[in-house]
Amino acid sequence: MFPKALEYHVAPAVNSFIDWLVVEHAVFFDAVSMGILSLLLKVNRFLIWLPWWSVLLAVALLGVYATRRPLAGIFLGLLLFPIGMFGLWPMAMETLSVVITAVFLALILGVPVGVLMAERRGASLVLRPLLDAMQTMPSFVYLIPAMMLFGLGKVPAVLATLIYALPPVIRLTELGLRQVPQAVEEAALAYGATRWQLLREVRIPLAMPSILAGVNQTTMMALAMVVVASMIGARGLGQEVLLAINRIDVGRGFEAGSSVVLLAIVIDRITQNLARRWEPPTR
Amino acid sequence: MAFHYALSADLGPERREAAHAPPLSSAIEVRGLWKVYSRQKGDALSPGIVENPEALEVLEKDRRAVVAVRDVAFSVEPGETFIVMGLSGSGKSTLIRCLMRLVEPTAGNIAVNGRNVTAMTSQELVRFRRTEVAMVFQHYGLLPHRTVLENASFGLKLRGEEAAARTGKAKEILSRVGLEGWGRSYPASLSGGMRQRVGIARALVMDSPILFMDEPFSGLDPLIRRELQDELIRLQRTLRKTIFFVTHDLSEALRLGDRMAVMRKGSIVQVGSPDDIIADPADDYVARFVQDEREQVARAERRMAERRAG
Repeated sequence: MFPKALEYHVAPAVNSFIDWLVVEHAVFFDAVSMGILSLLLKVNRFLIWLPWWSVLLAVALLGVYATRRPLAGIFLGLLLFPIGMFGLWPMAMETLSVVITAVFLALILGVPVGVLMAERRGASLVLRPLLDAMQTMPSFVYLIPAMMLFGLGKVPAVLATLIYALPPVIRLTELGLRQVPQAVEEAALAYGATRWQLLREVRIPLAMPSILAGVNQTTMMALAMVVVASMIGARGLGQEVLLAINRIDVGRGFEAGSSVVLLAIVIDRITQNLARRWEPPTR
Repeated sequence: MAFHYALSADLGPERREAAHAPPLSSAIEVRGLWKVYSRQKGDALSPGIVENPEALEVLEKDRRAVVAVRDVAFSVEPGETFIVMGLSGSGKSTLIRCLMRLVEPTAGNIAVNGRNVTAMTSQELVRFRRTEVAMVFQHYGLLPHRTVLENASFGLKLRGEEAAARTGKAKEILSRVGLEGWGRSYPASLSGGMRQRVGIARALVMDSPILFMDEPFSGLDPLIRRELQDELIRLQRTLRKTIFFVTHDLSEALRLGDRMAVMRKGSIVQVGSPDDIIADPADDYVARFVQDEREQVARAERRMAERRAG
């Protein structure tokens, strides 16, 4: 047994810290919340406004572009059809808007942080354990404080998704930048590249396949998170799954669950093939 | 990964004052150049270390420091092809990188085109690299995601030239190095020799008076190597650039060089015309280096004598 005398709790400190944040900085968190909400609502409104067939068409065209195979693209588009058939189209669009918003924010935050980590060894040393923590901390642990700070509903869902989905894009951006061959960087410097030019003309383009692999991972993580996020009031496919579980309605759960899977497959194949398109030609 | 961001490095004020520009007549003028690498992380070596031979010797013996370039001095005349030869690890690649501060020298003065390279700020250095010098690398250093044309005009892009002008110049140079019609290919689809032609085109398009070449033909097979050497000789006939050429291949040095320097363990052991060095090697090291060539010359002379006698 661990001796009782050595017991020490940080729980009260964490509690009072969160309380302090809620009380003292409500204005700040409200502002962040409003910002995210307005972005999310815009995305959502747009997706709902789109006729269902145009979404299928857009996915198919994107699929053709990404995979360079017409049949594969059309197949990807058709994969979304059962979601509508199950009557889950609006929920799927709701889920998609949370994912899109979270991934968008993850890219805006993640790519610069990844660049910073690749450029500065110190930043990498400090941030790496933090990223590990973000990915391994059980999500319910930060779901509750997120709810306390940002209220119920979509915004904490986006944030929880963001916390979970941010690390891969950061990690893979850093990795991609570190893998750029030294000979190429040296040549660019020898021709008078400034640090910024080196980054923009050489390092980022060469790291792009890796960065896009990060986008793919991030999107998958985000999609995995939406069911959990529905527990704090985010609507969408996750909520359907939750309802089905509560009512022990296996069939309904299957419909909602497979809709998440279909969405995941479509997004995965498109982002993966987009990443491949960015690889430098080998022939 | 000890990559040197020479751009971010800045020289201390004391070194900037100490460096005076040597006379303008030479294209490259190097005096007392040292590069000492520290083996230990964060164990910064002060430039003063080179004035304390005993301390430096102790550091070397304890394997805490490696002297890559040791008190090197030479000058290169305009229009001259100057060869630096030595075995791998003799410091020749470090030396060529010091000349444009891709590697930051520990001590010494470098003047290129009468401009004091050692005293340049990072902005001046960028401008210097964009206009005065161009470099060809052993491993090409081409951008895999850019076409041959884009690679050839990369330096012009960094310099901020207009797209149309870039394309025009690059196309002209590509045809001069025998790559007409290859502009839209990617480096991965080219053979080693053709990639290095792109590397040469990228350097020539800059129209800089000085060309640095770091073992440009060492990775190529003998026939292609010879072909590119001939090409360089042909180009040089019209271009008349100052070429600073590093190689470990004596026959290459003899074919291309007006003068050559032999390096060993960071020092230059002999400078002279190739003929002088073959005829009169300064020490055993140089003698071993040029042995094959001496034997060939001797054989040829013997044959000539026989023919005259017979």
